[in-house]
Amino acid sequence: MTRLSPFRIGQIVRKEVRQLFRDPRSRPILFVAPLIQLLLFGYAVNTDVRNTPMAVLDHDRSAASRRLIDAMEAAGYFDVVHAADRSAELVEYLDRGRATVVLEIPPRFGRDLAAGQPARIQLLLDGTDSNTGTVALGYARRIVLAFGLEEGGRLELLEAGPRLEPRAWFNPALESRTYNVPGVIGILLTLMCLLLTAFSVVRERELGTLDQLRVSPVRPAELILGKTIPVTIVALVDLALITAVARVWFGIPFRGSLMVLLVVSLLFIISGLAAGLLISTVSKTQQEAFLTMYLVLLPSIMFSGFFFPIHSMPELFQWLSYINPLRYFMEIVRALFLKGAGAAELWPQFGALLLIGMVALGWAIRRFARSIA
Amino acid sequence: MDKPAISIRGLTRRFDDLVAVRDLSLDVASGELLGLVGPDGAGKTTTLRMLAGVLPPSEGDAIVLGQSIATRPEAMKSDIAYMSQRFGLYQDLTVRENIEFYADLYAVPRVDLPDRIERLYAFSRLGPFERRLAGDLSGGMKQKLGLCCALVHRPRLLLLDEPTFGVDPISRRDLWLIIHERIAGGTTAIVSTAYMEEAERCDRVAFLHEGRLVGLDEPRALQGSLGADVVELEVDRPRQALVELARSPLVRSATPFGDSLRLVLRREADWSAVRAALEAAGLRIARADAARPSLEDVFVELVRRMDEARP
Repeated sequence: MTRLSPFRIGQIVRKEVRQLFRDPRSRPILFVAPLIQLLLFGYAVNTDVRNTPMAVLDHDRSAASRRLIDAMEAAGYFDVVHAADRSAELVEYLDRGRATVVLEIPPRFGRDLAAGQPARIQLLLDGTDSNTGTVALGYARRIVLAFGLEEGGRLELLEAGPRLEPRAWFNPALESRTYNVPGVIGILLTLMCLLLTAFSVVRERELGTLDQLRVSPVRPAELILGKTIPVTIVALVDLALITAVARVWFGIPFRGSLMVLLVVSLLFIISGLAAGLLISTVSKTQQEAFLTMYLVLLPSIMFSGFFFPIHSMPELFQWLSYINPLRYFMEIVRALFLKGAGAAELWPQFGALLLIGMVALGWAIRRFARSIA
Repeated sequence: MDKPAISIRGLTRRFDDLVAVRDLSLDVASGELLGLVGPDGAGKTTTLRMLAGVLPPSEGDAIVLGQSIATRPEAMKSDIAYMSQRFGLYQDLTVRENIEFYADLYAVPRVDLPDRIERLYAFSRLGPFERRLAGDLSGGMKQKLGLCCALVHRPRLLLLDEPTFGVDPISRRDLWLIIHERIAGGTTAIVSTAYMEEAERCDRVAFLHEGRLVGLDEPRALQGSLGADVVELEVDRPRQALVELARSPLVRSATPFGDSLRLVLRREADWSAVRAALEAAGLRIARADAARPSLEDVFVELVRRMDEARP
């Protein structure tokens, strides 16, 4: 066994960097595409429920009923898009999706309320999007509750007994952006590592240059290092870029340590590079690599807790998520940004990332060496 | 005689049920240019890949530059150049960047590089295009660049797999000039080709057919070994003559060749008998010259003999 040649590794790195920056199609992918995605996630992926369209049928037409409708609108959660005259209209609005929520206020609502009698209102929800529906229902409950207290009457929802006063820590306004943007870092790092690593290998296979490298004295380990070092650098630059934009542009708090973020990102990148290499060993063409990449990328995002909480998944998938490095990275990054957690609290996730990274890398190197030997 | 540069003994390679190369044994002397000739699927590429150390043999071995390819396939890599049919070039690097990258892989000293590149440009005439991206070159120029990349580390052994495949005649001549210049400098080379006329440029030719070695000698010796007469013939009605000749038991093959016909006679046959038969059929022979058998004639005959010998 000859020793690895730092010179040869350096020359491969130089060539890779040259190719990355020369291709006018690949240049924007490196830094612009991640930023655009970050902006998209920051602005568009919003699971907050605001401005929910609401249709209202007010049979009562009293001062009290108008105050209730005003209260519904005032918080910004509901927009009255239609004031109906007949119940059939309400159903039509729901059916056509023109309103997500419809509110029906019966006659005698104002009188009952003033007399201290139980006053009933009916709220119908479009449950197609269960998430939005549940959240909207929660808002409506709170508004009705507050309204009842204020009016001093008895609304059906108002009950005696202990009252819960929830308070959200770390993200007091429960804004989804504060939660999503740090998570985007994980997705973008995964994407960059898979994409750049797998494609730089598969492209060489397509061109026949990989064959030429095989007959040269280049060793597989040198080739792997030469290919992964530039990807790591690009990924770290992206990390810095995204973190800065998240902090400055979106005003997401960063309460942890940047050093910890760097270390944990490096650990995470190892798994990404390994997955990229593994994809390259099973793909002959760039199209194959692309499809394989999606087969890896989508489940890893799905079972990372980015969109859906892991604890509400079926048990099998919860178990599967334990081998998903993105799951741990998500937890760490969110904790770093929002809770200011450090190595003391996060060591289990660190350990998991390190273990997965090493196992994946070992496997990738073995497969890769065999695929080109 | 020096120790051979390559010594192949019983080299065999199977792919599942297919035997791509079967029990191949031959020596290549140092400084020799050996042509590996045969149709597609004859086992040329498999042989070259085994010699380059990237494909392990199923049986047998070859000692290449003193190293066994079966046990130490990495040992001689820095001394050889293997060029696959389509040499891998980085399309988005320039001509010069490609050459420099391959030079760096083989750790060519940087101080030697400008001089070596100039020499390669001189033969390949790629100098004016050195800043052009490899992807923008024509097919012939790409192939020449591939050869330059393969040669920049001054290998002692060249293994070239159909270097002139699909290349225009001018570039093809350039490629052979480069190869011959290297041979003159003491390099050993095995060049595979499916073009018979190219085989004549080699010191010796190895004919491969279905993975077997069917002939190995200098081109002239091979041509002399045919043991049959070849006649070039001009006749007034060539079409009718072809029909007559196809029926004749004395003629092995008759093919149109420009305005004339080219006949390969059976070994025991005599030209005068064939001539008499044609004239008896009413054909007028304007010209009949004895011709040198081409390598193609020889190859076809060797394959026929091999097929006959097989049960």
